[in-house]
Amino acid sequence: MTMVITHLFTSFIAATSFGVIFNAPRKSLLRCGFVGMVGWIIYIILVNNHYDAIPASLISAVFISAISHIFAKIYRTPIIIFSVAGIIPLVPGGISYDAMRHFVLNDYNMAIQLAAKAFMISGAIAVGLVIAEVFFQLFMKAKHKITSRNT
Amino acid sequence: MSKNNEHVFEVIELCLLAGKIMLQSGAETYRVEDTMTRIAGALGIPNSHSYVTPTGIVFSTDDTNPAKLIRISERSTDLYKVTLVNGVSRKVSNGELTRQEAFEKLMEIEKANYTFPIYQQVLAASIASACFMIMFLGQWHDFFPAFITGGVGFLSFIFLQRVVQIRFFSEFLASLIIGVISMLFVKIGIGEQLDKIIIGSVMPLVPGLLITNAVRDLMAGHLVSGLSKGAEAFLTAFAIGAGIAVVFATMS
Repeated sequence: MTMVITHLFTSFIAATSFGVIFNAPRKSLLRCGFVGMVGWIIYIILVNNHYDAIPASLISAVFISAISHIFAKIYRTPIIIFSVAGIIPLVPGGISYDAMRHFVLNDYNMAIQLAAKAFMISGAIAVGLVIAEVFFQLFMKAKHKITSRNT
Repeated sequence: MSKNNEHVFEVIELCLLAGKIMLQSGAETYRVEDTMTRIAGALGIPNSHSYVTPTGIVFSTDDTNPAKLIRISERSTDLYKVTLVNGVSRKVSNGELTRQEAFEKLMEIEKANYTFPIYQQVLAASIASACFMIMFLGQWHDFFPAFITGGVGFLSFIFLQRVVQIRFFSEFLASLIIGVISMLFVKIGIGEQLDKIIIGSVMPLVPGLLITNAVRDLMAGHLVSGLSKGAEAFLTAFAIGAGIAVVFATMS
């Protein structure tokens, strides 16, 4: 339980700080933190329950994208502001760094493995983003149809 | 030049300016294309074509006007500008802004500098580094070393980017500095897990956004943008890894 609270706390602060580095609009900073927190907590809970990093990234990317779409709709801002903050903790920055380190230390076997994993994770994140986007578009279309039928 | 031609010409200028600001501020490829097409459509050019890559934009209309090209040499991440341009384009689509007003607004946005002051950015980078170190299952013991290392690394990155004009070199040097400092922390005995401190501290430099944007672009069918963004991400990651590797090779 303390672990979950620690992760909630740190991921919120980390995502907000990344909002500052990327110069997100000041009003959106806390929302960025919220998106990042939700994404990371889903990921870390899945990983702790023995899911692999790839499906865990995919699932949490779906949630991040869904929340970002909703926020973007409510606050009328480009979606990238929220999705970036949410995704930054998930991106395999650590793994790709590790891969590169093994490459330059001539440990190619390990390096290729890590690089492939980093590639798969970034692919999973992108697929997760797209899945949520498709559902969101279908939902908006359906909503649009219903409202136009009623009027 | 006839009146109509002049109008078309100025609309093209407006679209290119909007696209340029967005692309320089790190917007996604499809959003840039979408914005330009929307502005053109709202101002009476229904059929426009745009071709956006990370290094340049080509924009043309169906008329006899020649296509125009704009070169993008510098890219950074400034989401506030993306939001502002998005707001302008929305107002143009709703007919709330005329062409002239929109152009003036965009010129203003292009010139202005909305970024946070550097000390705040560095502070944010330090806090983010320390938090990431904890999130990647580091120990609280290493909080302070990661805080300092991440801040100094990011500061030197900003500074080097201004002094050295070569891309990737500033990333290389910054990660070299990060490696040296964290090595020193561990040697002195203040830090414990070298790997965790380094991974946390390089997070503000890691091209995470680029990697994901690259895959996202590839899936949206923007093959050229996707591949070139991927190449940029790869080279950045390589530069960071190489900087750390130099430290490992010489100091351990």
